[in-house]
Amino acid sequence: MAIINLKINGKAHSVDVEEDTPLLWVLRDHLGLVGTKYSCGVAQCGACTVHRNGEAMFSCITPAASLTEDEITTIEGLSENGDHPVQKAWAEVDVAQCGYCQAGQIMNASAFLAKNQTPSMEEIDEAMNRNICRCGTYHKIREAVAMAAKSK
Amino acid sequence: MATLTKASRRDFLKIAGTTAGGLFIGFNWMSCDSPKMEVLSNEEVLANAQKFNAYLSIAPSGDVVIYSPNPELGQNIKTSFPMVVAEELDADWSRVRVIQANLDTDQYERQLTGGSGAMPHSWERLRKAGATAKYLLVAAAAKKWEVSADELSTSEGIIYHKASGKKIGYGEVANDAALLTAPEEVTLKDKKDFKIIGTPVKNVENAAIFTGEPLFGLDFYREGMLHAMIQRAPFGMKIKSIDDAAARNVAGVKDVVTFENSVAVVGTSTWPLMKAKKLLKVEYEADGKVESSADHDEIFKDLLANGKAEVKREDGNVNSAFKNAAQVVTAEYQCPFLSHSPMEPMNFFAHVQADKVELIGPTQTPESARRAAAEVTGIAPENISVEITRLGGGFGRRLRADYVAEAVHVSKMMNAPVKLTWSREDDLTGGAYRPAVRYRFDASLDADGNMTGYKLRGVGMNAGNSTREHNFPSGAVENLLIENVNYNSSITTNAWRAPITNFLAYAEQSFLDEVALAAGKDPIAFRLELMEKAKANPVGGELRYDVDRMIGVTKTAAEKSNWGKNPNVKQGFSVYFSHRTYVAQVADIEMENGTPTLKKIHVVTDCGMVVNPTGADHQVRGGVVDGMGHAMYGNLTFEGGLPTQTNFDKYRLIRMKEVPAVDTYYVDSGFDPTGLGEPCLPPTGGAIANAIFSATQRRLRSQPFIEQKEFTDLNLGIKRA
Repeated sequence: MAIINLKINGKAHSVDVEEDTPLLWVLRDHLGLVGTKYSCGVAQCGACTVHRNGEAMFSCITPAASLTEDEITTIEGLSENGDHPVQKAWAEVDVAQCGYCQAGQIMNASAFLAKNQTPSMEEIDEAMNRNICRCGTYHKIREAVAMAAKSK
Repeated sequence: MATLTKASRRDFLKIAGTTAGGLFIGFNWMSCDSPKMEVLSNEEVLANAQKFNAYLSIAPSGDVVIYSPNPELGQNIKTSFPMVVAEELDADWSRVRVIQANLDTDQYERQLTGGSGAMPHSWERLRKAGATAKYLLVAAAAKKWEVSADELSTSEGIIYHKASGKKIGYGEVANDAALLTAPEEVTLKDKKDFKIIGTPVKNVENAAIFTGEPLFGLDFYREGMLHAMIQRAPFGMKIKSIDDAAARNVAGVKDVVTFENSVAVVGTSTWPLMKAKKLLKVEYEADGKVESSADHDEIFKDLLANGKAEVKREDGNVNSAFKNAAQVVTAEYQCPFLSHSPMEPMNFFAHVQADKVELIGPTQTPESARRAAAEVTGIAPENISVEITRLGGGFGRRLRADYVAEAVHVSKMMNAPVKLTWSREDDLTGGAYRPAVRYRFDASLDADGNMTGYKLRGVGMNAGNSTREHNFPSGAVENLLIENVNYNSSITTNAWRAPITNFLAYAEQSFLDEVALAAGKDPIAFRLELMEKAKANPVGGELRYDVDRMIGVTKTAAEKSNWGKNPNVKQGFSVYFSHRTYVAQVADIEMENGTPTLKKIHVVTDCGMVVNPTGADHQVRGGVVDGMGHAMYGNLTFEGGLPTQTNFDKYRLIRMKEVPAVDTYYVDSGFDPTGLGEPCLPPTGGAIANAIFSATQRRLRSQPFIEQKEFTDLNLGIKRA
């Protein structure tokens, strides 16, 4: 076991876990931040996406111990009132079916749009291809990303 | 550890599971056209509310609480059910809060998500629940004002007396109304007066979903609970020996327990258990058939040729039809096993105590969850409670309660509250799958290209009846024989979104295209000829499908897709009736830079009245994407009783770049609403395969397409039109 110091959503946290514990399980089991989802555990589906210094990252394969110098943002910390332009677009387009993958989709989309503020539809498709939605909400995800890009 | 928030977390479902009303808390940008309201918790609202019936309570504040009994897994029932109640109540939708009801067999019937049956089953019940409450509220106001109820009208939660100009909110008469006796019969609205039904109402849980609130079973946490993960035996095998020494040495592991054919590692958090599970050394030995996909291929061929079949339907005399045929068309179609793979893996919370069991988690059928717990513990069902969380998908997998029983076993053995979590690998390898099926079709044609005989023989691996013997084209062919052979496999199967028809529709609609081609007829004209025949003079008497509605979607699809009008667009057609709903689809392929490119799928649906257009579009597009994804990529093969594909790196699910445009249309047939969770999936594979044939003359007779030699060098492009 080891004490790991993390900065998550602007706050300092200290957890006592095995050193190889992925950030995902630190968030979910030790910090109660369960908006970040477990689905595949092998960086294939994107449900666990968080921001590491603003970049989208799969938290399921990244040991928390490797992130002590980084600013981590989870879905709970993306905005104060759930009003990040991407969250607003997601609500306006009414994107979710089951909703399980959507936090990861939103985190990926928000990191992508921070870097590319005027994306083409092809670029949106390319960026969002790393997240799986088993319900098949892809049309609405695409529409919402485009809407969020315009609203910025 | 000072900053750990865990200690301050409460039993979240008491809060989060009941805060659909949270929609309005801090999210004014989502409800900008709603009036500002005082924010009360659901508990505060309910403390003073009057309960009118199982679905509905109204508080003096005017807040309306609607209980949604059926599990929500993405079919949007938690929004559409309350819409129906609110419609007949004439409620102000912005004052409606929705609460997921617990299992309650006294108050609700069919508290289940499956078979696309919730809406048709509950449509009238929900309407009556709203209408009855409205009747009582109006009666209470009439009594208060000493006027006749006939003089009053209602709108958005307010009762009006036009003559006097008086008005009063529902909340203000709720207490009086609740004292009145509910009428036996109540008048329902004329559909043309609907104000909420038929409008695009947003998902009531959007805000919670998009901010990561704990909603799902896997998010559940209770102080002091243990975590568990389980190692299961391959299909057809049993445990021979267990060496758990290394697993027990992992920090955070409390115990390793064994029950039936399972080994459970139990501890204080999830990650140590994932590691410990890999360190378990469990030896297995055969306990039945240990199967592999190569064996299945041989079994299919053998049983199609020699299997003892059960005759499901027989009309006329197929032998004489085929003997006298001018032409015979024969083809075989095969599909693999598939995993349900909902994004949220299986999980459940169980707390077994001396005389009661508490169950919380994602289930499509809470009653089965209760039954499973009763079987494991011997505790009477009335002492077993089931709280239903939001489900991160289901697709039929959560109709089985195997994972609930597991959680109950471990809780009982550990004498503690336990949350069981399946890994993705557990989900893929311990599944209950869409059965693998192989079909052989034979059709006989006369000299004019009329289909005089039709034979279908299905062989399924634990598929039960792999046919739908009374569905189209039954009733349209004079001589018909439909037979089924079931193979008892040791691999567990289960309902998978649109059971059986998820592949049968593809096979049948592809084969009918082959027959139309042999007959020299346009694929749609050929099917319409058959439908007209079934309509005019149905073979075998009564039809089990409404041929007019089938003709309706077929003709509309031809019109909307501009069928056959543009020589540059190669099209494929498919139509199917399942789960009370009629769906026709046309896939468009265009040549782009020398390669065929799938650009669009047109979908025409007759599900009766559309309750929520946004929700309907979700189910239609989702069904198409699901149907396409699994037809193209889905493949679960077995080796030694275990699936070869154990995670999403090998088990391929459809992604963003692989989805064409999907245009949706609805035929308003005037019928009451039917379900949409399943029926849009079955026709998709056939529409795409038929378009591929039209564009390339290559016939895909097996799924997944990417494994077929006819497909691999096509370089099929996918691009939104």
